[in-house]
Amino acid sequence: MNQPNQSNPSSVNPSPIDYDLRVVRQFTVMTVVWGIVGMLVGVIIAAQLAWPELNFDLPWFSYGRLRPLHTNAVIFAFGGCGLFGTSYYVVQRTCQASLFAPKLAAFTFWGWQAIIVAAVITLPLGYTASKEYAELEWPIDIAITVVWVSYAIVFFGTIAKRRTSHIYVANWFYGAFIIAVALLHIINSMEIPVSALKSYSIYAGTVDAMVQWWYGHNAVGFFLTAGFLGMMYYFVPKQTGRPIFSYRLSIVHFWSLIGIYMWAGPHHLHYTALPDWAQSVGMVFSLILFAPSWGGMINGLMTLAGAWEKLRTDPILRFMVVSLTFYGMSTFEGPMMAIKTVNSLSHYTDWTIGHVHVGALGWVAMMTIGSTYSLIPRIFNRSEMHSVGLVNAHFWLATLGTVFYAVSMWIAGVMQGLMWRAVNEDGTLTYSFTQALDATWPYYVGRLLGGVLFLTGMLLMAYNTYKTIRGSELASTDNTAQAA
Amino acid sequence: MDVNTVRAVFTLLALLAFVAVVIWAYSSKNKERFEKDALLPFADEGVETPPPRETSR
Repeated sequence: MNQPNQSNPSSVNPSPIDYDLRVVRQFTVMTVVWGIVGMLVGVIIAAQLAWPELNFDLPWFSYGRLRPLHTNAVIFAFGGCGLFGTSYYVVQRTCQASLFAPKLAAFTFWGWQAIIVAAVITLPLGYTASKEYAELEWPIDIAITVVWVSYAIVFFGTIAKRRTSHIYVANWFYGAFIIAVALLHIINSMEIPVSALKSYSIYAGTVDAMVQWWYGHNAVGFFLTAGFLGMMYYFVPKQTGRPIFSYRLSIVHFWSLIGIYMWAGPHHLHYTALPDWAQSVGMVFSLILFAPSWGGMINGLMTLAGAWEKLRTDPILRFMVVSLTFYGMSTFEGPMMAIKTVNSLSHYTDWTIGHVHVGALGWVAMMTIGSTYSLIPRIFNRSEMHSVGLVNAHFWLATLGTVFYAVSMWIAGVMQGLMWRAVNEDGTLTYSFTQALDATWPYYVGRLLGGVLFLTGMLLMAYNTYKTIRGSELASTDNTAQAA
Repeated sequence: MDVNTVRAVFTLLALLAFVAVVIWAYSSKNKERFEKDALLPFADEGVETPPPRETSR
């Protein structure tokens, strides 16, 4: 490995700054833990869709209760811990300053874990605000707001005390993610409590739907995109050992992405009671969004120009490159699906689920996994992961898992769309809903296989992470013994 | 003033702001500065010049 920063434990850090790594380590370990929990729940509900008996007639174990637990766990617990941990690391390193208010940073860790545990308890019990990706009830919503504002204070406080003249582009993306998520969460969660665990949204009817999908789509745009682009802009150059392909492109990328994403939400509400003009605005902005998305992808991929041979030896870099490739695929597919005529076929089918998972498994999870593998040795004072071979095995499991998942859902979705719209000459439907469901069954099993492959990879990661950290602890006891 | 005029003016201003950002980012005056800023991830290792790209681009 010839990356400049694969910091050798014995090498002396030229900088005297005492970086606050404890909270980074905590979040990084929990990223792996919650990744396994969230994906395990995903595998369970995928199995339930293929074999409904697997809900065992237990209300708390049924699909409707576990599905929001799956989405919350993978997005906010796995993805969230990954974003907290890497942003705290990146902001310190690129600002050359230790964290502002480290105790508040520790509070964000414990607060975020408490919120996740509260979700794990309340969602299976059926407490839900029934807003997609915002199911948690009002007391937890308030806790999220408190932790999130603390996060903003730590992050922007650290930027304010930076020793560098410029704010690196990764921090711009992380910063936009933090501000936008605060805005989205507070506005979408406006609700009137009627009891300790029940509330009603202050919005009604079509306005409620529009606010919900303004939130929902920007959760994709800012939580699942801008945040992970921040990760990409630091860890891809770092792992490649060379600066980003074009820093100027990254500036244009940033401003165009954050300017356009906000307006794409209505594409979730095509052919509904939402006014036609609003649907068209959503469609057009979704199409424009293709440009910044691909600008970002090209910027990331081209960083490897002249260093492609590193892919042969570095599975971590493979994770990142495949992640960017899936990002390109899903940000091409997304605008296409936002076109009204395409949407009339794809909407309400499993095509949407396939699209989401190309983004979620292919882009978000692969980038998080790659960055985490890159980060773990740095924060636990090792030169590399315990086993590079296991990282490579994980890479293939994750890639195959994503492909199996996506292909199953693409086929299932297009088939469902065509079957639902097929009509006989006399205008009656050719197929009943049950016939379409029956035809989908093999693809539900294919999807389950993809999920199992992906989860298996995460288990390898947990083992590898444990051994790496353990190795770090053994080495430090050796050093103490020698010093004594 | 009609609210729709305000909306149209805002849209136009947003577009102009974006064009201004592009011009600023790509002006040759700022080229060197941004090349230096791109090295920030390596600054904590004392790297001050970009590692050479092996192939011409």
